[in-house]
Amino acid sequence: MSQHITGAESLVKSLEHADVEVVFGIPGGAILPVYDPLMDSPTVRHILVRHEQGAGHAAEGYAAASNRVGVCMATSGPGATNLVTPIADAHMDSVPMVAITGQVPSAAIGSDAFQEADIRGITMPITKHNYLVTRAEDIPRAIKEAFHLASTGRPGPVLVDITKDALQASAEFVWPTNIDLPGYKPTTKPHGRQIKEAARMIVDAHRPVFYVGGGVIRSQAHRELRQLAELTGIPVVTTLMARGAFPDSHKQHMGMPGMHGTVGAVGALQKSDLLIVLGARFDDRVTGKLESFSPKSKVIHIDIDPAEIGKNRYADIPIVSDVREAIAQLIPAVTAEFDAGNRADLTAWWITLNHWRETYPLGYDTPSDGTLSPQYVIERLGKIAGPEAIYTAGVGQHQMWAAQFIGYENPNTWLNSGGLGTMGYSIPAAMGAKVGAPDKTVWAIDGDGCFQMTNQELATCTINDIPIKVALINNASLGMVRQWQNLFYNERYSNTDLQSHSIPDFVKLADAYGCHGIRVTKAEEVDKAIEKSMETNDAPVVIDFQVHRDAMVWPMVAAGTGNDEIQFARDLAPQWERGDD
Amino acid sequence: MARHTLSILVQDQPGVLARISALFSRRGYNIESLAVGTTETEGVSRMTVVVNVDLHALEQVTKQLNKLINVLKIVELDDDTAIARELMLIKVKADDHTRSKVLELVELFRAKVVDVSGDAVTIEATGSRDKLEAFLNVLAPHGIKEIVQSGVVALARGGRSIAERSSKNPDRSQ
Repeated sequence: MSQHITGAESLVKSLEHADVEVVFGIPGGAILPVYDPLMDSPTVRHILVRHEQGAGHAAEGYAAASNRVGVCMATSGPGATNLVTPIADAHMDSVPMVAITGQVPSAAIGSDAFQEADIRGITMPITKHNYLVTRAEDIPRAIKEAFHLASTGRPGPVLVDITKDALQASAEFVWPTNIDLPGYKPTTKPHGRQIKEAARMIVDAHRPVFYVGGGVIRSQAHRELRQLAELTGIPVVTTLMARGAFPDSHKQHMGMPGMHGTVGAVGALQKSDLLIVLGARFDDRVTGKLESFSPKSKVIHIDIDPAEIGKNRYADIPIVSDVREAIAQLIPAVTAEFDAGNRADLTAWWITLNHWRETYPLGYDTPSDGTLSPQYVIERLGKIAGPEAIYTAGVGQHQMWAAQFIGYENPNTWLNSGGLGTMGYSIPAAMGAKVGAPDKTVWAIDGDGCFQMTNQELATCTINDIPIKVALINNASLGMVRQWQNLFYNERYSNTDLQSHSIPDFVKLADAYGCHGIRVTKAEEVDKAIEKSMETNDAPVVIDFQVHRDAMVWPMVAAGTGNDEIQFARDLAPQWERGDD
Repeated sequence: MARHTLSILVQDQPGVLARISALFSRRGYNIESLAVGTTETEGVSRMTVVVNVDLHALEQVTKQLNKLINVLKIVELDDDTAIARELMLIKVKADDHTRSKVLELVELFRAKVVDVSGDAVTIEATGSRDKLEAFLNVLAPHGIKEIVQSGVVALARGGRSIAERSSKNPDRSQ
């Protein structure tokens, strides 16, 4: 006999069938029917957050740390619109996420009802796909498709908006056995001839570089990447989204390219004759002025999204494929070329690369006034917490320093908001990451500006036993904006002084949230505070590192200029000429 | 920049028109003309979109459209191998002195008078964009009071249907 249940029950059952283990959310009027059966679900844990933005970023952090689909839930109207920022964030960074929102009853749609917002219309340009479900019997298929879409092809967020009457009506529960999406057929296998041509181009190049993007992490291609890199001896650069895709300690790793990349990584791309682009998209923060980006190189572009290929840079060999599959096929193809005696000599290229690496290493000045250097704090944190920990960051100076001064050895250990640049990502993302990887130590490296956008989730962490650790890089400023004001606006610091060395008192704030609060103002206190935090797991820890506010992120390619104009410190540009330019 | 005609097969679902038109505007492209209607297959609609873009932009917009889950197929129809028509209703001033002149032009352009009043006639005309433009030019001296026109609809010549044509390979490898 068929079983009739309510739409709300059907939704919870669907989540169970989709193997959802956790949902981050907040109830409200339109979604309320779901929260009743949710209480009884044996497998789906709901974590009650303090703001829907926190739910969204937590779902992102969960997904990015665990390679599973993150799930967040909110009610109609403001609940749903508060999810807009994390949805846009997930869309930019290809994070698999399903957002479920309640909607006003279908008869009220379009009437400007209480808490009505057209969230399907609002999120059309920032989701991979979205649904408005108005009938109980359509819920299982929408959920099944949403998880399929979110996690396959180029991952991304999918929103399922469900009207309250659909949640309250009853229907037979049928979990679909098939997926019927005739307009969705991602190409996951590379074209054999393209792989052959790519292999030939790779072995012939004299200054090749692997330009590795976040796609390598999403497709879990790090092992294959390492194999191909070691087979060829070609240098590797990892973008902000790809930190950890290739070990930082590896001698072929040239670091992060881009606006705040290493001279070695930026130089490698600029002077290359062949970019082998793996799951990356020529973001403007990597290329600088596009016209002067890597002017002499040919391009092999491998990406699962055909629209990324040729979008910003012409691809001599375009390959639409899952990047892991493509690398796996490149390995034997390149080996065959080597066996046939085709192999360009990379010695001169490595002499040049090593020269840049030795001459222009990452570094920073220690403040002369005895105040704390933010880079030092982050460097020590990376050393003490080590490469097995997961690090999340907000957006700004602390994010760049965290990308620069922590040695990443493993994928899914560096979580940040790359594309959208969302301040406030760090704390809720760390919470989600800790839920997704409970055995890992999770550090949120946050700025005092970012922290004040989403720190209420510390309450969620304390109450739900999610002991994240927060390294607050507190320079009492919107630091990156201040840096630009220093460099480009005659040191006129308009509205970037947050005064957060005194207001709020972050140690008291931590205390108020049931966390351990520690204040650090001197270099000699840094290690002890971090070590103590590493040993503390009964509650979240917040270390208020009060740091020097004039520290700047170097190297830097100023916005709108070309990568050749990179400065490794203020008014200091590298000499490119040595080596074979 | 050049004018391109895209034929897009889509699943006939709520919101699909919004998805497509929003995608054009979000990516910074203007739709010159848009026509939507049902097809021989139930549940499938066909949109004919005319855009004025360069080839790089055309490739981008096609790829972005292909990413929409409700989009089933996109084929570019070029002028030489496709038939493109639009429909126009034109209200032209015509009194007892000028009516016969206007009717002569209607005859010449194989258009049709669909309504007559004391001081005006309403004409239904179909044809290519060029023909309709020419028609408007000759009517203009009589005084055009009102125009309404449909978007372009277009179909490839020959025996093959759009379902039998291949979309462009996503990575240009075939």
